[in-house]
Formats: sequence, C-alpha cells, structure tokens
Amino acid sequence: MTPPDAPGAAAGPRTDRPRRLRTGTGGRRGVPLPLLLPGVLALAFLLLPLLALLVRAPWRSLPGQLTGPEVWQALQLSLVSATAATAVSVVLGVPLAWLLARTRFPGRGFVRALVTLPLVLPPVVGGVALLLALGRNGVIGRWLDSWFGITLPFTTAGVVVAEAFVAMPFLVISVEGTLRAADPRYEEAAATLGASRFTAFRRVTLPLIAPGIAAGAVLAWARALGEFGATITFAGNFPGRTQTMPLAVYLALQNDPEAAVSLSLVLLAVSITVLAGLRDRWMTPS
Amino acid sequence: MTRSVRRTRRRWQLTGAGAAALMALAACSSSTDSPGASGTTASPKLSGTVTVFAAASLKESFTTLGEKFEQDHPGTKVSFNFGGSDSLAASITAGAPADVFAAASPKTMALVTDRKDTAGTPATFVRNQLQIATVPGNPHKVSSLKDLTRSGLKVVLCDRTVPCGAAAQKALDAGRLKLTPVSYEQDVKGALTKVELKEADAAVVYRTDVKAAGDKVDGVEFPESAGAINDYPIALLKNARNGEAAEAFIALVRSAEGQRVLSRAGFLKP
Amino acid sequence: MTNSAESARNLPAPPTAHPHGPGGLHARLVVDRPGFRLDVTLAAAPGEVLALLGPNGAGKTTALRALAGLTPLTDGHLRLDGASLEHTPPESRPVGVVFQDYLLFPHLSALDNVAFGPRCRGAGKAEARALAAAWLERMGLAPQADTKPRRLSGGQAQRVALARALATRPRLLLLDEPLAALDARTRLEVRARLRRHLAEFEAVSVLVTHDPLDAMVLADRLVVVERGRVVQEGTPADIARRPRTDYIARLVGLNLYRGLAAGHTVRLDDGPAITTTEELSGPVFVAFPPSAVTLFRNRPAGASARNLWRCEVAGLQTHGDQIRADLTGELPLAADLTTLAAAELDLRPGAPVWATVKATQTHAYPA
Repeated sequence: MTPPDAPGAAAGPRTDRPRRLRTGTGGRRGVPLPLLLPGVLALAFLLLPLLALLVRAPWRSLPGQLTGPEVWQALQLSLVSATAATAVSVVLGVPLAWLLARTRFPGRGFVRALVTLPLVLPPVVGGVALLLALGRNGVIGRWLDSWFGITLPFTTAGVVVAEAFVAMPFLVISVEGTLRAADPRYEEAAATLGASRFTAFRRVTLPLIAPGIAAGAVLAWARALGEFGATITFAGNFPGRTQTMPLAVYLALQNDPEAAVSLSLVLLAVSITVLAGLRDRWMTPS
Repeated sequence: MTRSVRRTRRRWQLTGAGAAALMALAACSSSTDSPGASGTTASPKLSGTVTVFAAASLKESFTTLGEKFEQDHPGTKVSFNFGGSDSLAASITAGAPADVFAAASPKTMALVTDRKDTAGTPATFVRNQLQIATVPGNPHKVSSLKDLTRSGLKVVLCDRTVPCGAAAQKALDAGRLKLTPVSYEQDVKGALTKVELKEADAAVVYRTDVKAAGDKVDGVEFPESAGAINDYPIALLKNARNGEAAEAFIALVRSAEGQRVLSRAGFLKP
Repeated sequence: MTNSAESARNLPAPPTAHPHGPGGLHARLVVDRPGFRLDVTLAAAPGEVLALLGPNGAGKTTALRALAGLTPLTDGHLRLDGASLEHTPPESRPVGVVFQDYLLFPHLSALDNVAFGPRCRGAGKAEARALAAAWLERMGLAPQADTKPRRLSGGQAQRVALARALATRPRLLLLDEPLAALDARTRLEVRARLRRHLAEFEAVSVLVTHDPLDAMVLADRLVVVERGRVVQEGTPADIARRPRTDYIARLVGLNLYRGLAAGHTVRLDDGPAITTTEELSGPVFVAFPPSAVTLFRNRPAGASARNLWRCEVAGLQTHGDQIRADLTGELPLAADLTTLAAAELDLRPGAPVWATVKATQTHAYPA
C-alpha cells in the first residue's frame, strides 16, 4: 500500500494555520477615512482617561501608599474572589449557554433576555435583589441560614456571589454565541459514534468552544474584578473579608484621592498583566 | 469648560498638599458662626432660579422648604442637587453652577471654603446626632453603645472616611469601646439599608436617618453621641448667579420656620 | 458523461442483491417537511453497497440522516438485521457515518478520532486506542496517527473518517458524498481505495452521491431519487443502459426519448419516429449515445430517410477531446464529434445540420 495522498500532494482547500494578525486590506488599499477617524477617536476616548490617571499619578508617594497591608489585602481578596466568581460562572454558565443554544423550550427567547438582565440592572439594585434572595431574611437565604447555618452577606462568599451575579451574563452570552457559531454536526457525528448528548458535549463540544469559554471567562473575570455596587450592597465592606479593590478605591476617594489613584493603578496594572497573559495563552488558535 | 479644566488642575496640585492640612483648615472654618445670611425676609423683588447643592440627608426637609420659598416668592424656583457632601463639594470646586451649598459636615464645607469658593463664612444651621438603629422591636435588647460590642451581634458602621463613620468612631473612642462591625458601609443609607433588610442587627446612623426610615427600624439614643455631634454648615457661593434669592433661601433655612421643618426631620438646633 | 456509462459497462457483474432476505437493511423512510416529502423504500443485503443517486435537493441526505437517526421519521419503518431501529436514538444504532466534510473532531488526533467510537461504546482507553491504531494501519495511515485533522490531506482525512465510522463495527455504513470534498486528482485514487474497503465490509453500505461515476464505481446497486421519490433502481450497468428519466439519461450521457413502439418503429410523444432494432409494442424508451450520431452539413445523398433529422446547432462545448453539439429541431439531441469533424462541418451556433443515427446503435426498452 503506497499512500497516494501525502500531505501537500493534495491541493485541497485546507488552509494553513491561520495567522494571528491579518491585515484585511493587504496594505495596498488605504483605510477609509469615515472608518479611520471615528475609530481613532474611539481609541483616544477609551485611552485618554487611563492616560490621565498615569500622568497625574502621585508617582513619588506611590511606593509608600502601596506598601500598606490593606492594599495587598484588598488586592488579594479582589483576585481570589474574581477568580472564584469566574469559576462559578463557568461551572454554571456554560451549561446554561448550552441549554440556550442547543435546546428548544417554550419561552427560550424570554429566558435569554432574563439572563442578560444583570447587565442592565444597576449593580446596587442587583445587590439589594441578592439580599432579598440570599440575605439572612431572604427568600432562600432564610433557609440557608436555618438549615445549614450559612449566611452570605458580609462574607467573602458573599463577595463571590455578588461578583458572579454581575459577571455570569458576560460568560453566558459569550459562550452561547460561540456555541451558535460552532457546527452542531460535530455533535451529530459524535452521536453516530455512540456518544450520548452529554458525552458529545464533554468530549467534542467543550473542546471546540474552549476559546469562547476562555474569552467569556476573561470578560467575566474582568467584570468581577471591577465589581463595586452589588458587592458593597450585598457583602458590605470589611477590610480583608469583603473589601475588594474597587471598594477600597471608592472609599479612599472620599478623603484621599491620591491614594485612590494609586490603588486604581495597581488594579489597572494587575488586570492588564493578567488579561494580556491569558490572551496569549488561551485565546490564540492553537 | 476651560474654567473647570483649570480648576481641576489646581485641585490636583492642591491634593499634593496632603489631607492633614485640609483637615486642620476644616476644623478652623467650621467653628465660626457667620451673621452673613441674617434678616431681610421681606425683600420684595426676588425672581429666577436658586440652585442649591445639599447633603442627601437634607432631601425631605429642604424640598419642603423649597416649596415654601417658591410660595413666598412667586416667580422664583428652587432647584436642588442632593448628593454626598464630598462629591457635591468636588463638583462645586470644579465649577458646577450653584448658589448655595449645604453640607453634612464642616470638613466637606472646608473643601469649598479652602478654594475660596464661598461668599462669606459658612453658618451652622442644624446639627445631627448619632443614634443606634436596630431592627424593629429591638429583639437583641440593644440599649447602649456598649451593647453593640456583644459578640454574635451583627453591627454595621459607616466607613471612617465618610462623616457618619467618623462620628461613630469618635463616639466609640469617647466610650473607650472597641467594636468590630461586619461591614464599613460607604454611606449612611447603605448602613441603614442593611438593618432595614434585617441583614444586620444594628447600625450607628443619624437620628434623621432613623426618623426617615419610619417603622422599618427602631432608634436607640446613647450618651456617647453627645460627643460626636455633626454640624451642618450652609453657605452662599461666590459664583452665585442669583445671590439675593440665594441669601433669602439661606435665611429661610435658618429662620424659626425653617428650623421647625428641620427638627421635624430629626435635626437638632445649632 | 459518456465515460461513466462506458466504465459502468466495463464493470464486472455485481453480486446479486437479496433485498428480501432476513439480514440486511429494510426501510421505508418517510420524512415530511414544509414543502417537501421524502418517501423512499430501501433494501440491501449484508455486504451490498447501495448508492442513492440524485440531483441536489432530491432528499438523499435526508434519507441518510433518517437512517442514522439524526432526522426523525414521520412514517415508515427501519429494520436492520431484523431489529427495528425507528425509535432507537442515533448513539444506540449500529450505524457508522462518513460525513460529507468528514467532521473529524479538530481537537483530536487521527488516532483519537478513530478511538472515539470504541470509547463511547464501552472500550477501555488502551483497548480503544489499540483498535484505532489497527484501523489506521489498515487504512495505510499508521504514520498519521498523531496528526491533527487540520494537517491531514483530503484523502487522508477521508480514510480517517472511514476508519472512525468502521471502528464501531457498524451493521450499516452510511457515506454522504464521500468523494465530494476531494479534488479531481486525489479523487481517482481515493475512489479506488474506497471501493476496496467497501468490498471488504461485510454489512450494508449506503452511500449518497450526485456523481454517477462515484455511484457506478462504488455501488452494487443504484437507487435514483428525484424530488423525494425513487425513480429507478437497478445495477449500475442496467441503469446506464436503460435510463428512465431525463436526469439519469443526462447523468449517463445518453439521448433519451419516450414514445409508442409498433414493431421496429417508435413514434415519439412529441416528435418524429425512430427506427430501432428491437421489436416492441406499447410505451417504450429509446436511448442512444451522442457518439452514435453522425452530422452532415447537407442532406446526405443516398442515405435512407430513416433516423435522419433536420436540426440546428444550439450550442457547442468541448467534452474531453471531443466536441459536444447540442441540437434543436426535429429531434433535440446531443451529438459528439471530433474537433476535426466539427471544423470541417463548420459548426457554429445557428448552423443547420442533418443528424443521423444507425438503428443498430439505438436501444429501445419498455417504459
């Protein structure tokens, strides 16, 4: 048996590994001005405030301000809780995204709209809603309290719950979009090979949509990291337990704007580092 | 626009001077009680809009007084901007168009006087005292500040960076008490909400807040609060566009009638 | 098209089907969709390769999906080796599918793709991988075991897909346009290979194609589907020789007419008569290849008037090393002639020509 079709011999439509950065115009044609101008303006609009933060940052007193234990406490808590909230969002949100993308049930459109509700809800209202649901006297919270002795408000777990509440929609929407774009016939192919729907999901769909999950997780993580309103409303503010960086920044702003700027810089630096790192590792086609 | 930009820049330069100096200035300026806004209740030809920036806790009483003012002086309109005293002060120093500023603490007023944005010296028009807010019926039998230090009791305080938190800390210090709350809330409403929703058993807030919450919380007086009374200063602003009407409004606030409205909301006379 | 007809004729006689035996496939597939109804009956014995041939949109792929359980039946039945499968979910059917674009799982190596089925059907990891390795070996793909599908050539991917489908030991192998994704060069070799693998496969194979050559080379029996119905069934040779619809006639490259026979003369439904060698009566088809047509610029002197028609050139196209002339006129037909002949006749669209066919080169059969 001679292999008649060595790779390369077949001039099929198989493309090589896609390049990461591709210039759509091939460089020959100029970028149209009606796109270039607003685009550059948008970029400036997004970057200028950050730039101002850098320009006006109290660089000289920065080291002194950042060595306080509260700063590291808040930063550590922020990172831990945002990561935990992201984990919760992935574990619960991916199955929800699958249900929304791959099953049909009455009122699915309505359910999808509900999922995005935390996106439009003012986070403080979200926090109050969480209190009404999961607080010590909440609809569910009272049972958590009396049966298991679990109270979420004023605890780090409460921070995670609040952050997951506002962050999960980002993940669900991102993953659902990826699922819709993913070819459902791979799942069919898996079925013809004897895979149950769950096995097909686990062994085929999940790896296929992994980049989408990673993108959604990064979005959710970033949202959780910056979460303020729902957190302070639901979990309160106690250094080391529920005081995340945004809370520390807000309260510092009350009487020491300089410290607030310093704290914001730390948050900025950390998130840029993490996001850039994740993007390189996960979000490139491997 | 250019003006506000310049102001912001100035403000930034000034922040470098440090919070300690700021605090000292605040203490100085608040102690004086100015006669700048007295008398002249019957100026006949008032018109136009008076823009009042006032602390959020003044919302109910000032709204009532605003309506009264408009009745007394047809052709005038009082427009309010209620908010946290700090952010109001920040927007005033950044050039926001306002005629009157009524702050919840001398410290926040000082932010404005420091910038020489007031016309004349601010006057204290009411004072607010701390109370303990408990869940209705006071099931935990809280009767003193010391009771709040009992273990197992969930207490919320305002953060020390906001006035009610600073005052609570002062009261605790006066009573030599050490209290670990479950949360330092970012403002007094946040603290009160936690008690209203029964997430916390008690909070240290202002009398006026307890009063405004109606039967959703119970108020408990405590003697240490006497040492942490908050003065509310009011001042005419330098860039007031309707100075006469603004002065008349300040006069109304400080008049017997104004004080009646304010004390109904739980404020103390200066 | 002529090629396919000829190669079909050259095929050895296929094994006779036993469509009503106990084993194998017996199915009536009815699938209703808005504006479309599929209703086909299929039967195949173990070891037999059935090709569903038809134009796009005829319902071939729907039929295949129904067999796999991916599209539910509205009505009908599906029995495989005596067992009813109508209500069996796809993952429990002993069915293997080679999809048109193979649908190899892009995140798995060739080996893991093939091992996927055995794993799902309960084999241990090592066992499944060993089995998969054996299949790849058999397909001549042992060196590609660790290759990701993206790095496989089209032909290799097709064989991996085949190995993957066969690794679950299906009793019914379904192939959806198995060669459509390949370029012409690879296609020839892959087709030959596939034919060998299908011949070795002991259970029923059903393949779907719109390419008559693929169907004739690969299948023992063809089922021609048009607009959701079976229009003709038979061995490739039979279908190539006796097409019964215009679609099939075009596919196999024959001129096909329908008419009423009386003796050696067939009077066409809407046209002249054709003289044939067969002696028939009643409704018949008459077919002859384009190569059997001879063209003249002027009416050939001395030629018999039988099977001589006055036509006009409607279009010309190259067809291999020949010229295919499409003629209209008394009898619309296709004629093949050499480039030289075309030049000598000075053929161009609109040119009048005389066309003639020898009776011995026509073929008439009952309709």
